[in-house]
Amino acid sequence: MAETLYYRTASELSRELESKKITSEEIVRSVIERTKAVDGSVGAFISFDEDDALARAKASDERRSRGRELGPLDGIPIGIKDILAVEGQPLTCASRMLGKFVSPYDATAIRKLKENGAVIWGRLNMDEFAMGSSTENSSVKTTVNPWNTDCIPGGSSGGSAACVAAGEAPLSLGSDTGGSIRQPAALCGVVGMKPTYGLVSRYGLVAFASSLDQIGPFAHTVEDAALLLQAIAGHDDRDSTSFKTDIPDYRKEIEKKRGPWKLGIPKEYFGEGLDPEVRKAVQAAVEFYRSEGCEIVDVSLPHTEHAVGVYYIIATAEASSNLARYDGVRYTHRSPEAVDAIDLYFKSRAEGFGPEVKRRVILGTYVLSSGYYDAYYLKAQKVRTLIRGDFLKAFNEVDALLTPTTPSPAFRKGEKTDDPLQMYLSDTYTIGANLAGIPGISIPCGFSESGLPIGLQILGRPFHEGDLFAIANTFEQAHHYHAKHPELK
Amino acid sequence: MAKDENGIDIDYVANLARISLTDEEKERFSGQLGDVLEYIEKLNTVDVSGVEPTAHAFPLENVWREDTAEPGFSVETALQNAPASRRNMVVVPKVVE
Amino acid sequence: MNYEAVIGLEVHVQVKTESKMFSRAPAGYGHEPNTLTDPVVLGLPGTLPVMNKRAIDQIIKAGLMLGCDIAPVCKWDRKNYFYPDSPKNYQISQYDQPICVGGQLEIELPGPSRNVMGEHKFVKLTRIHLEEDVGKLNHYDDDSLVDYNRAGTPLMEIVSEPDMRSGYEAYAYLTALKQIMICGGISDCDMEKGQLRCDANISIRPEGSDTLGVKVELKNLNSISGVRNGIDYEIQRQIKVVEAGGQVIQETRRWDAEAGAATLMRTKEMAHDYRYFPDPDLMPVRVDQEWLENLRATLTELPYERQRRYFEEYDLPYTVTSVLVPDHRLAGFFEETAEKCGRPKAAANWIANDLLRELSAAGIGIDESKLRPDHIAALVKLVEEGVISNNIAKEVFVEMFKSGELPGEIVENKGLKQSSDTGELTALCNEVIAANPRSVEDYKAGKENAINFLKGQVMRATRGKANPKVVDEVLREELGKL
Repeated sequence: MAETLYYRTASELSRELESKKITSEEIVRSVIERTKAVDGSVGAFISFDEDDALARAKASDERRSRGRELGPLDGIPIGIKDILAVEGQPLTCASRMLGKFVSPYDATAIRKLKENGAVIWGRLNMDEFAMGSSTENSSVKTTVNPWNTDCIPGGSSGGSAACVAAGEAPLSLGSDTGGSIRQPAALCGVVGMKPTYGLVSRYGLVAFASSLDQIGPFAHTVEDAALLLQAIAGHDDRDSTSFKTDIPDYRKEIEKKRGPWKLGIPKEYFGEGLDPEVRKAVQAAVEFYRSEGCEIVDVSLPHTEHAVGVYYIIATAEASSNLARYDGVRYTHRSPEAVDAIDLYFKSRAEGFGPEVKRRVILGTYVLSSGYYDAYYLKAQKVRTLIRGDFLKAFNEVDALLTPTTPSPAFRKGEKTDDPLQMYLSDTYTIGANLAGIPGISIPCGFSESGLPIGLQILGRPFHEGDLFAIANTFEQAHHYHAKHPELK
Repeated sequence: MAKDENGIDIDYVANLARISLTDEEKERFSGQLGDVLEYIEKLNTVDVSGVEPTAHAFPLENVWREDTAEPGFSVETALQNAPASRRNMVVVPKVVE
Repeated sequence: MNYEAVIGLEVHVQVKTESKMFSRAPAGYGHEPNTLTDPVVLGLPGTLPVMNKRAIDQIIKAGLMLGCDIAPVCKWDRKNYFYPDSPKNYQISQYDQPICVGGQLEIELPGPSRNVMGEHKFVKLTRIHLEEDVGKLNHYDDDSLVDYNRAGTPLMEIVSEPDMRSGYEAYAYLTALKQIMICGGISDCDMEKGQLRCDANISIRPEGSDTLGVKVELKNLNSISGVRNGIDYEIQRQIKVVEAGGQVIQETRRWDAEAGAATLMRTKEMAHDYRYFPDPDLMPVRVDQEWLENLRATLTELPYERQRRYFEEYDLPYTVTSVLVPDHRLAGFFEETAEKCGRPKAAANWIANDLLRELSAAGIGIDESKLRPDHIAALVKLVEEGVISNNIAKEVFVEMFKSGELPGEIVENKGLKQSSDTGELTALCNEVIAANPRSVEDYKAGKENAINFLKGQVMRATRGKANPKVVDEVLREELGKL
């Protein structure tokens, strides 16, 4: 039975664990074997600790054998983007800068997973410091799209998406600053959610852009994503931006038969640059919702065209400051060539950071530098207010928005690496949710003719993740795209 | 000032960011960032008069903790990732003003 | 030409708290290196700051004591610069919205002599903001070692207007500031421990001019005398430059107390570009009226207000108040004593003279003294009731300082009670009269002073226990009989 476990959903595995049909050790062994078999070609993992994962699995089985009532994640392996601190494990952010760093503390999300008995499984590849949309900016390795290994898996959480798509973990955690969960989820044909800013503690999430970053789940199904979000959501007194709000039982939110929903179609998300196959798939999804009795309304988010510009000012400005701590002094790569402390900075940072990180740190430093703050950062913050206002206004009218997650299916490796602006523009549809702080989910809604997955993005009201899960689940139950898996050697 | 007639004064900014760049990098980044900045210029068409800046997606106030201390790291843990240490302190090359 | 100096100070004061400004790691001084850290203090990847409520209470209290306006809303900004003692290479600080705005500090200028009060002056404050301290660099020949214990300690920056005119005024400013911070429980202000640090902005201009000259920033003024010396040195340097036909250049200089000179650190061209922006990890602080009033209710009297009250309420001389007032614990001790014995002047004298002498001889502080207000109050009463003489009281004081015994016990145990038994005294007086015919002659010849010698003889014979007033009466009576 073990060899078929790795593609089961977490919810199924959980039920079978509960009924004692299987053990956590069997699941973890199955996942380890699968990873060993396919990760050579997928490249999702930066590192993993088999022994540690098996020890956690056995501990879970033992808890269960003692008859204790366990949570749904107990004994379920979860892959972790290499941007979350796990005590005693490496934390590289796919950067040479943190090549030797071992975290002496747990991120709050990780602590919560451990408290839920989950098996922390492996460190997943990403764009260096989460800066990128293709995982090609990893300094460690290349991750490919399991549906077509010539294509990128998306990014920055490319490893987190690819590992679920390839059956190397039923669940994984990623982080999303401008689409880094939803975009790779769409391109790899899995479910990915960016929660409302403030729902999941950022403590222990290595900061890229503090006012935009959120941790979120990757899963095969909407129910699984809800299960994982349930475990990590909630107020944390170690994160001043964490929100005090009651967390509903998301699975109950899914089960509640609500609706019919009033769904908005923002016209700015269906304009120029949208791939016809993606347009077709998303329009089909819209029609599905209409046929389900949902009211479909055209809405406008007039400031959408400015989202990428605002994003690249705010995100790079915050990043330039957040990444200043990687300096060769306390815990990072230290250039052996440095002659004095100042030289140490210049050389360690030149050697430790890859080109995209350097590019963004330079841009962020520039927009904050003397004489430019008002023209760039302050201006961007004001336009951010307008963008946020567009969304909140739309939500006065509709329950959620339906959009494509990405303008096109996965592109080929190397296609956009020399043109950062084109790469940045591929985040057009996802960035708005980060700027507005609202939740968004991407679910598979079809395939291109060449067999690449297409994602449907559903954006919702702040702290209404339950609505998004319910709306997404309606589609998933009728289509079962999640049951399709890529063929891998 | 960080801008010259060609766009970003890359030397000034790289110095602020404490990253040494090769000539090739300087040229490439200047060009690429020039494109990005040109794209960003679009923001100038937006009327933001009377608009408050958004610093936080959901504004909260007075988020604090009480003043109670908890034991932190042991020296060993504090220094476990340090590239070099001596006398329980982090060694850095000579600091010159 | 005569020149006038224009001086503004930037003073950093460490705020007294249990834990650090933005993390739960303990705050403290004198610990082994790198033992007061945690993930946040070290700026490890992924860590986030959370404000320490007490640090904010403390700065608001400081602001209220200094007459500042407390901003209804203030926020946190990042000040970006690279330095090895800075764990994140940015410092969380307050840029354009400090918590305290305006305010003033009362200082005392030198009087005509030490015993005469000088003129008082108010130095205006620009602002006070809160930030986090950095770690400490220890320099060696070939490298430097970093200790992050101090990193993250709450730190107030108090910025004055350019309202001071001499090194002495800066000295008086720091002294007054320090007293307020200590008496308010805001900081211990120990300069040796770096709890109070001072930078000065100094310029000169022709006397009578009201334009500002080019200012020089003087750093590393790390003792109160260093502040005075360093500033006076810099004023003289600038005058020399101008008198030699040169111009003062805007630059930062570093005071070297040992060398008694300052050296150039950086010029304006090398000035920092700090790239301030609001810290996205922290939320703004909103201070409402209720919070302010609660804190206002906890404020203590300012030292100079206390001094004025001592003049009015207790009629104490300047010299005594200037000893009692600067140390709020000593002042508190005095007030308790005065209340207990009802004789503020006597209490003040005992404390300002005898107690301070004994404390300094024993090398201890007032808090460690076994002698408490009850002791002095009881002693004052014994003297007042005539049980012991002033001279005996001095002896008893030393004894009770040492042992902590109450004066009544000491007087009892050592048999120091003043003798007023006139029968015994009459006999003694007559013995003295008989033994000193010459003094008797002088007295009878109208030399009033001669009786003092006889009195002294009697006192000596009683080992000081006799009541001098009674001795005087008996002697006069017996002499009158001759």
